[in-house]
Amino acid sequence: MTGYQGVWVYAIADYAGGDVFLHAGVARTQVRAIAAAGLTVLASDVDLAEFGEEALPRNLENLSWLEEMARAHHNVVDAAARLFPVLPTRFSTVYRSEATMVAALAERREQLRSALTRVGGHVEWGVKAYAVPGWEGDPTARQGDASEPITAGVAGPGPGTGTGAESGAGMAYLKRRRAQILARQEFSRTAAASAREVHIELSGHAAQARLYPPQATALSRTKAPMLLNAAYLIDAEGSAEFDSEVAAAAAAHPDLKLDLTGPWPPYSFAGQEG
Amino acid sequence: MIEGDIVQSGAGAAQTYRSGGASGRGAANLGDILERILDKGLVIAGDIKVNLLDIELLTIKLRLVIASLDTAREVGINWWENDPWLSADAARRADSAVPAGTTAPVPRAGESELRAENRRLRSRVTELEAGGEDYEGRR
Repeated sequence: MTGYQGVWVYAIADYAGGDVFLHAGVARTQVRAIAAAGLTVLASDVDLAEFGEEALPRNLENLSWLEEMARAHHNVVDAAARLFPVLPTRFSTVYRSEATMVAALAERREQLRSALTRVGGHVEWGVKAYAVPGWEGDPTARQGDASEPITAGVAGPGPGTGTGAESGAGMAYLKRRRAQILARQEFSRTAAASAREVHIELSGHAAQARLYPPQATALSRTKAPMLLNAAYLIDAEGSAEFDSEVAAAAAAHPDLKLDLTGPWPPYSFAGQEG
Repeated sequence: MIEGDIVQSGAGAAQTYRSGGASGRGAANLGDILERILDKGLVIAGDIKVNLLDIELLTIKLRLVIASLDTAREVGINWWENDPWLSADAARRADSAVPAGTTAPVPRAGESELRAENRRLRSRVTELEAGGEDYEGRR
């Protein structure tokens, strides 16, 4: 069923226009290059029954819908970014018509042009740092048995009924446990300081840098806490060099595991002034 | 110097550097994509108004879910679809005050309610992240 059509925007491009072959867009729509205010907009015609004011907020809450659309959206932006400079627009930018879209862009033409110049020729790299439990400098690694002695306390008689030997074991456990907690806190502090150093080092090699909140530990596949979740805007010519910088940072900080992702389109730098 | 495998298979694929030999990961993960397309990106006012508070709320909720989404899918778990915390649809189903049959439009919550929910979710995220300290002992 087709209802009213709207225009879903992926990115603003610095591109002379003409035919461009890109992946299918959201909801398997065709991606069009639309000339607007001296710029080119990559967009799809979408059904407002699915992408309109009423449906969109509800659909955004549907994780399988969101995943499908997010991947389709990303594939278009990513393919375009490999061909020409792009400013990715925030996911869920929808207009009722091409005319209102063109008008909205015309108002911000200069700002968009300068932003395109800023990100042009650059790519985004993502770096995450995790604390590495158990590396040779981890103070908690030297007391590896601390989770076991709790059985002595649990299996034994309740407090007050125990023999002297048992309460001694319980006390020893509590002391060990406390020392372990303190050591772990100290380790977390130093690992966090390492992550800050890595960020400062890498920022020095980047045109711009942005921090994201660390992704939740309790739910991520990695058990170790994430201490850094950053994005760096890097000259496309300097990607190999940045790669080496990350490798060097990883070697200099054995208490961290670093994950490098990319190259990404400059998502994290499209909406920010330099 | 780098002993870990370095794997790169297209945009967003992860390379892992780790002294001691870790293996690289697979393709761009959904969490990284959503983080970027929802949280960043150029904001130009569209005609179709999606409340930015809604988007903020969504990203907070997603931080609770996406990291484990792929894993959960693999084993056929879809708990978030019925968790009122994580799904507005489920919240609506759970809320008997909403008359049955009013599927759309969604009655818009007042902004103050959204703010309150944002606060609650933020503190839940904090709690969960604090809970992550328990990782020790399972290495």
